Amino acid sequence: MAFIPHTREDVQAMLAAIGVDGIERLFDEIPANLRLPSLAGVPEAATEMEIGRLMAERARLDGRPLCFIGAGAYEHHIPAAVWAVATRGEFYSAYTPYQAEASQGTLQLLYEYQTMMASLTGLEVSNASLYDGASAMGEACLMAVRANRKSRSQRILVPTTVHPHYRATARAVAGNQGLVFEDVPYCTEEGCIPAGALDRYDGQDITALVIQQPNFFGRLEDVDALCDWAHARNILVVAVVNPTSLALLKPPGQWGARGADIAVGEGQPLGVPLSSGGPYFGFMTARMEHVRQMPGRIVGRTMDAAGRAGFTLTLQAREQHIRRAKATSNICTNQGLLVTAATIYLSLMGPAGLERVAAASHARTRELVAALTRLPGVRRLFRGPVFHEEAIALDRPVAPVLEKLAARGILGGLDLAEHHPELGCALLVCATETKTSADIERYASALAECLREARAA
Amino acid sequence: MTTRLEKPIFEHSVPGRGAEDQWPRDPGPGATDDLPAALRRRGRPLLPEVGELEAVRHFTRLSQLNFSIDTHFYPLGSCTMKYNPKACNSLAMLPEFLARHPLAPESVGQGFLACMHELQEMLKAVTGMQAVALSPMAGAQGEFAGVAMIRAYHRARGDLERNEIIVPEAAHGTNPATATMCGCVVREVPVNADGDVDTHALKAAVGPKTAGIMLTNPSTLGVFERRIEEVARTVHAAGGLLYYDGANLNAILGKVRPGDMGFDVIHVNLHKTFSTPHGGGGPGAGPVGVSARLAPFLPVPVVGRRGERYCLLTERDLPQSIGRLSGYMGNAGVLLRAYIYMRMLGREGMAKVSEHATLNANYLLARLRSAGFDAAYPGRRASHEFIITLRRQAKELGVTAMDFAKRLLDHGMHAPTTYFPLLVPECFLIEPTETESKAALDAFVAAMTEILAEAAKEPERVTGAPHTMPVRRLDDVRAAKHLDLTWKPTAAHATPATS
Amino acid sequence: MSNVPSDLKYTRTHEWLRTLPDGTVEVGITDHAQHALGDLVFAEVPESGRKLAAGEPFAVVESVKAASDVYSPIAGEVTAGNPALASEPEAINSDAYGKGWLMRLRPAAGAPSTPFLTAAEYEKLIAAEGG
Repeated sequence: MAFIPHTREDVQAMLAAIGVDGIERLFDEIPANLRLPSLAGVPEAATEMEIGRLMAERARLDGRPLCFIGAGAYEHHIPAAVWAVATRGEFYSAYTPYQAEASQGTLQLLYEYQTMMASLTGLEVSNASLYDGASAMGEACLMAVRANRKSRSQRILVPTTVHPHYRATARAVAGNQGLVFEDVPYCTEEGCIPAGALDRYDGQDITALVIQQPNFFGRLEDVDALCDWAHARNILVVAVVNPTSLALLKPPGQWGARGADIAVGEGQPLGVPLSSGGPYFGFMTARMEHVRQMPGRIVGRTMDAAGRAGFTLTLQAREQHIRRAKATSNICTNQGLLVTAATIYLSLMGPAGLERVAAASHARTRELVAALTRLPGVRRLFRGPVFHEEAIALDRPVAPVLEKLAARGILGGLDLAEHHPELGCALLVCATETKTSADIERYASALAECLREARAA
Repeated sequence: MTTRLEKPIFEHSVPGRGAEDQWPRDPGPGATDDLPAALRRRGRPLLPEVGELEAVRHFTRLSQLNFSIDTHFYPLGSCTMKYNPKACNSLAMLPEFLARHPLAPESVGQGFLACMHELQEMLKAVTGMQAVALSPMAGAQGEFAGVAMIRAYHRARGDLERNEIIVPEAAHGTNPATATMCGCVVREVPVNADGDVDTHALKAAVGPKTAGIMLTNPSTLGVFERRIEEVARTVHAAGGLLYYDGANLNAILGKVRPGDMGFDVIHVNLHKTFSTPHGGGGPGAGPVGVSARLAPFLPVPVVGRRGERYCLLTERDLPQSIGRLSGYMGNAGVLLRAYIYMRMLGREGMAKVSEHATLNANYLLARLRSAGFDAAYPGRRASHEFIITLRRQAKELGVTAMDFAKRLLDHGMHAPTTYFPLLVPECFLIEPTETESKAALDAFVAAMTEILAEAAKEPERVTGAPHTMPVRRLDDVRAAKHLDLTWKPTAAHATPATS
Repeated sequence: MSNVPSDLKYTRTHEWLRTLPDGTVEVGITDHAQHALGDLVFAEVPESGRKLAAGEPFAVVESVKAASDVYSPIAGEVTAGNPALASEPEAINSDAYGKGWLMRLRPAAGAPSTPFLTAAEYEKLIAAEGG
């Protein structure tokens, strides 16, 4: 029980060595009135066999519907090798690599990861991960405040085309340190930030501008114009990006004349399963000049006492365990195992494979939207280019339609009513490379049926 | 373990090579013709171009350069490096759990949500708190949530002056860092020679500006805070709240509950006490538990139940919530692993955990003292961990705690935590956990004894350690001064056009 | 035993001050402080023109094991931050009172300052701290 290996003889010998006659004596410093007689509210112990059956039943109950939801978490094919290697005990049960000589595997992997992410985003330096894309955006805003010496306002402009959960998380995570988040409204016809939307901020002291590409609706923003506008006014640019998209789309380091200053995003598409929202990982990259303001761990290459190259955590003086109250962040544990998986995934995909995944996902979404908008009462919501995700409009409320689809084993997309009621009956749909033409046909037929039923009712 | 180093994977790249069996079929030339040219990427990212076997071999070999719980004794104090049961991983990775989208409707996910709800209930029972939220993604985020809730509570009562958080000087660095992140000011109080918080200093430190105090119990010094009830009374009387850092819960699991000690809000480290994997630095999970008066402020989403149906409660249901801390509901897969582990422990197992963790720590302490090592708090019982100080050895033999730590690696054991807490000079904070056998503990004592003898006879063997690891000691100064944080191609490497 | 030049003034937070012939004040960290920090890997100094209050942090010095704020002993305006430290932070270790200077500032007239210590008083302070 409880994976405890002691025999009775072991226990006796140990108690003798300590000089007490029973284990209970070891708790004698704890005031008696605080001691619990037993733990009500916790069920009896289950054997591995018993818990295995329960979990299998619950998994069966949940099943595997056909999923066309994106909205920040994307279903991609994950090669079997990714998790076969990532769950090796030497990766899975290793600790944070504080003792570098005993952790060269993890440290070198992180160095390789940092290299890949910096290059993928077109910037110069990466950390070893943050919790997820949403909290990474909050950390990036805090970093921008530290890094932007020319601004004192701590005002951060956030377009309302940024993922609503990211906007909420950034406020919750960074709002207590005096940051002021200001919503920049979007154009409901275009589904993105129109030219001129930022004019009203001209001449004001703004610390940073957040730009998400593709945005929450899958729409492509005019990143060059937005980036240049910010830099002309000493405003730092925080890019929030989808890593798969960077195989095809211009990375933050290539935005505008100077490139974004900090890039963050959700790393989940890189070999991490959907698993109800976590664990994922947030990536953060930046220009080299900002490296000392970057939160989280960073791995560096150095030499050992025998002149060999080796890897170690570096710039730790900024972190909580040394700087304490003045640390760049309180982050300690990050998302190491997910980074391990992502690094293996990126190594299997390579530049050509990642481009394939991006292109195939984009093609599938185009096919999906074409099939759905052929149906009466279904149309594209926005004109203008998108990447692998798109908003469509129905001629009736979305929620009941999604329920009917779910009953047929199809998750049709995200109802936009909760976060964007101004768009009316709107649905965000996504198809990745995991969907076949047959899957898309099945969705289209089911939707046709559901809409017919709804009209008849 | 191997000592053969690996080249960075980029040095294995050959242009055009790739694991093509894993790629989707080519969608054809027109697939992306609707993407504007001005927004397309110029050049390719620097990613490896290797075959599948090469990648598997590279990363498998890298893994073999690591110490891990699966391969080595790993007595890191304050980390609780206990065995990670394989079933927790395999059951959490059942395909249906992996495939579920975070925004899938609740009707599709009652199985998963049942596990989450039951996890909340078990955490309430084990901690003695009234309500639990699962979304904080690590202990530090749990701390953030806790302090943010304390602050929100005071502001909701109109008490805007309270912005000081009291922290013992021995506290883990995340505590003061968290207080700053919440817009609070840190006030440190000293710890006395016995390891307890100095209650006189505490009484002087509390007042109308006190928002709360952050404590670990047992403390980071490895001893139980004996005057905890007095501390609670003092802080509450001054109008402040008590925050419990759950890092050391393994010592008291099933024996004492933080709620009964007077704490108003706690976080639990699932990657410590409840054995979710450390993964080379994460992921963790830091669920928070609160007393009734803080329940309205919990971070969302919280798992709720309406009749027979499980659901996620959001800001609509908790309008005073401190908000959402993650994109979705936190580290769901980690929560599932903890659920499975807690079900396998069950009621009886919880108490057995703390009993045997405490037994192992006290046994190790007794044997190390017999072997000539100095306990930092010799008059105290060990909790699930304890501190020895190597200050005498450093002075007499010129051999530091760091040197001992590196030499232990040569003995095939990971060193304990060194130089934390900052209060004790040349310290080792040692936490064996309950899953280690007596034989493993005896082997550790033997290794320490050998190193001590070596330190007296041949100190250079210790100060120059490690000798048998894949690398010798690494130059930290050079790493920080000459930053080499990404691999760069040299002329010698055939590279694709990089962006 | 730390080096404590007798012709300088000191603060409780381990800074030293030297008044230069042109009336500006040069500030750095003491030999005791650099020793405690270990090999310095980075030093961030203020830009000229920056106005400082007495006791305000004006620089950060970073070693592998610590990152410390350095506090301005007096109010004034920065006339120069030491440009050499960008490439040679270890000058603070090797020559804390000379090449390792951090900044020079023009004191604000009549402004308050933090209490200064003489060399003898500073020596007593660090002896008490176990230095």
